[in-house]
Amino acid sequence: MNDTYALSAILVMAAVTALLRFFPFLVMGNKKTPGYVEYLGKVLPYAVMAMLVVYCLKGVDFTHMPFGICEIISVLIVVGVHVWKRNTLLSIILGTSCYMLLIRIM
Amino acid sequence: MKRRIIKNALIDTLPVLSGYMVLGIGFGIVLEKNGYGVLWAFLMSLLIYAGSMQYAGIELLAGVASLPTVALTTLMVNARHLFYGISMIDKYKGAGAKKPYMIFALTDETYSLVCYTKYENEKERHFYCFCVSLFDQCYWVTGSVLGSLLGSALPFDTAGIEFSMTALFVTVFVEQWISAKNHLPAVCGLIASAVCLVIFGKDGFLIPSMIAILVILTLMKRKVQCDE
Repeated sequence: MNDTYALSAILVMAAVTALLRFFPFLVMGNKKTPGYVEYLGKVLPYAVMAMLVVYCLKGVDFTHMPFGICEIISVLIVVGVHVWKRNTLLSIILGTSCYMLLIRIM
Repeated sequence: MKRRIIKNALIDTLPVLSGYMVLGIGFGIVLEKNGYGVLWAFLMSLLIYAGSMQYAGIELLAGVASLPTVALTTLMVNARHLFYGISMIDKYKGAGAKKPYMIFALTDETYSLVCYTKYENEKERHFYCFCVSLFDQCYWVTGSVLGSLLGSALPFDTAGIEFSMTALFVTVFVEQWISAKNHLPAVCGLIASAVCLVIFGKDGFLIPSMIAILVILTLMKRKVQCDE
């Protein structure tokens, strides 16, 4: 095992990740935020959260048994409980328990 | 005031605690199996601090990928972080000495908690976001170190607990949906990424999705702003 290689690879990953995270702040810096970016800042969270949900479910196979039923039911439970109670922790605990149960019985 | 904010941050990050413990332990285990021990797990979680990238990183390390390949892979996997930055520019303005760390630690999960924080007061909001960022990274580092040390000797079956991460994102999505005046951005994100997933497959859909979302939101700018 080459420690120097591993260390440099890790530093490269760290640097690129940090660069991506800092980039918008560096570019927009202390200037007044342009209207377009301000607009994006307002609407992006909604779109990105939807993208993240799809990202989490990307591995689900809807064409073969069990057709993603565990995921669909669990997501619906999270949505239902959350609309009903508006309690994040409760929604997550119920949804996750449901999922852990379903993948064992399906 | 500070104690109350710390307490709120601890409660709000509980879902991340469970998710990061499981994903972090998983990461530590796989990394250890590939010949990199606890020090490496600690180092990666401390310096890189990006879950899916660290998993991809194990494969890069195992395959002794060239450094340009490592850089390009990181760029592709983590490009979505550009979006997080753009939406936090105004919220993190004036956060002072805490700001660099808050930006460094802006992961998916941290973003999902800080992007809709309820604190109106700027000082309180910045302190809350800082606590959330710090606690989340502590969970992640602890998880990966534990995983590396315990190896696969864990006595209980935790299969499926990683769903807590999905559930967290779903609750944030619902919360945003209820509070949003305009549902177009959310619908756009959902449809664009689902369509891209079908077209480009699960390994390559993130970047096309982001481009599609940007284009659609830009085209809809007038419509969205008129509705408000």
